[in-house]
Amino acid sequence: MEKPLTGNFRPDKTAVSLPEYERVGGYQGLRKALTMQPAEVTELIKRSNLRGRGGAGFPTGTKWSFVPMGKDAPHPKYLVANADEMEPGTFKDRALMERDPHQLIEGMIVSAYAIEADIGYIFLRGEYEYPNQCLSKAIAEAKANGYLGRDILGSGYSLEIHLHASAGRYICGEETALLNALEGKRAHPRTKPPFPQVCGLWGKPTIVQNVETLCNVHHIVNKGPDWFRGLSLTEDGGTKLFGVSGKVKRPGLWELPMGTPLREILENHAGGMRDGLRFRGLLPGGASTDFLVEEHLDTPMDYGNVQKVGSRLGTGTMVVLDDQTCPVGMVWNLEHFFAQESCGWCTPCWSGLAWTEKLLLAMEQGHGSARDLETLMFQTKFLAPGNTFCALAPGAVEPLQSALKYFAEDFRRHIDEHRCPWR
Amino acid sequence: MLTVEEREEIEAKLSDYPNTQAVAIEAMLIIQRREGWVSDEKLRDLAEILRLSVANLDGVATFYNLIRRRPVGRHVALVCDSVSCWIMGSDRMRDHLCSRLGTPVGGTTSDGQFTLLPIVCLGACDHAPAMMIDGTLHEDLNEQKIEEILTQYT
Ligand SMILES: Cc1cc2nc3c(=O)[nH]c(=O)nc-3n(C[C@H](O)[C@H](O)[C@H](O)COP(=O)(O)O)c2cc1C
Ligand code: SF4
Ligand code: FES
Repeated sequence: MEKPLTGNFRPDKTAVSLPEYERVGGYQGLRKALTMQPAEVTELIKRSNLRGRGGAGFPTGTKWSFVPMGKDAPHPKYLVANADEMEPGTFKDRALMERDPHQLIEGMIVSAYAIEADIGYIFLRGEYEYPNQCLSKAIAEAKANGYLGRDILGSGYSLEIHLHASAGRYICGEETALLNALEGKRAHPRTKPPFPQVCGLWGKPTIVQNVETLCNVHHIVNKGPDWFRGLSLTEDGGTKLFGVSGKVKRPGLWELPMGTPLREILENHAGGMRDGLRFRGLLPGGASTDFLVEEHLDTPMDYGNVQKVGSRLGTGTMVVLDDQTCPVGMVWNLEHFFAQESCGWCTPCWSGLAWTEKLLLAMEQGHGSARDLETLMFQTKFLAPGNTFCALAPGAVEPLQSALKYFAEDFRRHIDEHRCPWR
Repeated sequence: MLTVEEREEIEAKLSDYPNTQAVAIEAMLIIQRREGWVSDEKLRDLAEILRLSVANLDGVATFYNLIRRRPVGRHVALVCDSVSCWIMGSDRMRDHLCSRLGTPVGGTTSDGQFTLLPIVCLGACDHAPAMMIDGTLHEDLNEQKIEEILTQYT
């Protein structure tokens, strides 16, 4: 099975060096892209069905086609790699940056070329100090070898890439908040429209793209959209990094065809549940996705199919709940995170999430009532899409609303027994 | 006063961006790398070289998790309290660490060696529970491992 994203990872987990990267075909996608028109590159990406790997799954080529092009377009234009990775349960972009940093750099140069960007930024979460070292080295090497800087490989195209270390806050990963963070301000989200593709960093056209998304781009240019679509078992193109954490036998990260069935990931790759534990459910793609349970185990893991069963593929890194872990406690932990990370800009979110967290904690401590269940239910509606300024709050209530549905009995027991049955 | 090195490092960052506001966050992290926190005095100096107001910088500083406006110990331990680590027993690890060091989360040991702070998911969920000390990740924590780690830092 082909693994374009992780095939070159070294078993000792150190970063692939530039000579090694070049030996296995590195920077060939860039050479090819530079012989094409920018619009042709965008067209290839469109035809490949590449969808954003940051969580929302928006078609990448379509997003690029909104950027103003040609002589009259405003400049400088920007390409930003979203390397904020703060979604609890998510550990995929770190691996890509630590183990094959040139892959991200090449993907960024080709993407920047497609939208005629002048400057690229990598927005890296502050705690990722080791990835920072790997990327800094890769950027310097790429520059020294003519892949970055003025007149790249004699093509006439120029691009600088800067690495920005963030000071952290989950909201910085939201693309418009990220733009404010890059501008050195408090990271509140911006109103859309205007969309960043037209009016982004310092008012100029900007594309923000997840690390894993960008890592696919030059492979598509090199081997073609049909090859990319062929990697997938279903409609959405390519492979996907899938991860599993929680009490399974072998937690880990694997590159698998898009559309790999959930059961296969859990059982063949993660080794199933640890001895003596039973599977109860999982968050399919990070903290802000709805729980899936036993009846969903045959779902092919891609954007469309996970949506059909009431959740989202999200980041593709799953968190497994076992029968000896309290679902109410787990949801409390999640809502504690969201309440803390709410940026405070709009009232339903900062107030509603703090309230939600408080009710769940009280329930966990044996002080919950039936009224509280109604209030929690009410919060899931009140914080639904359209009622808050950005997608943080709707994401925050996804695990809550599904837990209330699938683990109703466990919530009820906390209330009736005035205690957490797991303590 | 900002040191000469701090100044040089901050000035080198200016060319990455079209204005000085954009350097504010990285500049504060540069200051923090040496002293562990950003004092009022350093913030004033920074405001001067970036030609921004102190209030503006303080407003930015207080938004971000990793910028500290109060002193910390020689080492800072960030203990992950997010979901995968919680499932894998991070509460117990945190309690163990607190009792070993004799300080609650948010506090500094009396000898000034360690400050313990909570942090959100460190991107090491398949090796939970995890923590980070001064930028180095420590994974698959258990009581014995914590002992070994602590001896490295004392
Ligand atoms: C609260 C919040 C946090 C987010 N965090 C991230 C993140 O850490 N990394 C990321 O790539 N996308 C994150 N996103 C999604 C981005 O807003 C954006 O959709 C994404 O970077 C676009 O890239 P893609 O199309 O390649 O996925 C977040 C969204 C929200 C609402
Ligand atoms: S929904 Fe929450 S995170 Fe988003 S703008 Fe409102 S307060 Fe900020
Ligand atoms: S939840 Fe602790 S490292 Fe991800």
